[in-house]
Amino acid sequence: MTAESVEAEEPLLEGRGLSAWRGENLLFDELDLSIGAGEVLQLAGPNGSGKSTLLRALVGLAELDEGEVRWRGRPVRRVRDAFHAELLYLGHKPGISGALDPRENLRALLGADGDEATRRTATLVELGLGARLDVPCRALSAGQQRRVALARLRLQRRTLWLLDEPLTALDAAGLDWVRARIVERATSGGAVIYTTHQPLALDGVRPRVLTLGRIA
Amino acid sequence: MSSADRHAPHPRSTIGAGPSLLAIVGGAVARDLRIRIRAPGEWLNPLVFFVIVVTLFPLGIGPGPATLALIAPGVLWISALLSLLLSFDGLFAADHRDGTLEQLVLGEGPLSLVVLGKVLAHWLLSGLPLIVLCPLLAVLMQLPAEALPTLAASLALGTLALGLIGAVGAALTVGVNHGGVLLSLLVLPLTTPVLIFGASATAAAAQGFAAGGQLSLLAAILASALALAPLAASAALRVTAASDG
Repeated sequence: MTAESVEAEEPLLEGRGLSAWRGENLLFDELDLSIGAGEVLQLAGPNGSGKSTLLRALVGLAELDEGEVRWRGRPVRRVRDAFHAELLYLGHKPGISGALDPRENLRALLGADGDEATRRTATLVELGLGARLDVPCRALSAGQQRRVALARLRLQRRTLWLLDEPLTALDAAGLDWVRARIVERATSGGAVIYTTHQPLALDGVRPRVLTLGRIA
Repeated sequence: MSSADRHAPHPRSTIGAGPSLLAIVGGAVARDLRIRIRAPGEWLNPLVFFVIVVTLFPLGIGPGPATLALIAPGVLWISALLSLLLSFDGLFAADHRDGTLEQLVLGEGPLSLVVLGKVLAHWLLSGLPLIVLCPLLAVLMQLPAEALPTLAASLALGTLALGLIGAVGAALTVGVNHGGVLLSLLVLPLTTPVLIFGASATAAAAQGFAAGGQLSLLAAILASALALAPLAASAALRVTAASDG
């Protein structure tokens, strides 16, 4: 570790030459991207353009046909544990268990990041789930389940967020909450990559946009 | 202090503050148990199946004690195996459906420990009850009383081993339509030795012979499964998680 590398802004996550097929469709080809601390990257594009697949490929949940993903300069497959410890991925599926209530779900998910029941409850109340704390999540609406998952944005201290359509099924208060969290994360040394259909106006942060499209 | 700072590793690279290995397994057991207990149908059904199948034999073959006692070890063991095969489907299915599986794949700490925790939780509700039920059913099948401890021991070792083996099959077939049949076929070669040694141990004890050899082999299979199955299952889960979306 030379003084030089400590000074330089090394990107947190880098993708080089990423290519992926889905069946007969080439979703993206020779794609390069990188994101560093303090940055917000928006993946844009029509339905089916591979936004979700790209996001999943970056975290290792989808196969890349070509290309390499690097975390803090090292290939992801070599630093997988360190990478996982610093990332937070919210995908299409809620990622919470229907049989458990919101508090139990968060306790199971949070693991080492804090056993503080009061913080969990407070965040759930903040998200408008105060009346539903003891209800099994399968009895919650899709939007409410989403909000349980989103509580992680407040409760977990992860450097890089990868959010797939985080605004789905949220009301205005929910949208504001998510926007505020994203801005907070970016301005405190973290980074956020997200996909969305809605334009996302962030207070004080200008997201870079990467547009994916159908490759003929 | 200052020179140490200059050469200190990047702060994020010291991930020593993670949960202990035991905490990972324990957490997985606690979580899975809580979930499974709230959906009793999933693990009760195979147990009821176990009882029904064994009960059918005296009815179908006739209550003649000699015949029943002869086939008792095999019947009890086969029924236990079938019951377990039925239960494997539910090992990862719910988590796969609601997306918690991919969160586990992205989680901290070795995935194999989480898998081990899940297998243990599954065994507590699908394997242990078989051992608890077997004395009653052994009486029904006219199994000599002196074979009972061996039956219980072989089931204890065997159901644990089967649970671990089944986890590998379940991990490979999560998300496959009608994966249950495929699962059974996949694990059949590995479950057959367990069945053979378990039934043979019980049969030997029923005839008054020592069953130490078979039980040792079961223990060896369990040890191998303990060492290898969680790793194989987590590798399979990573592939499964990658094949969605």
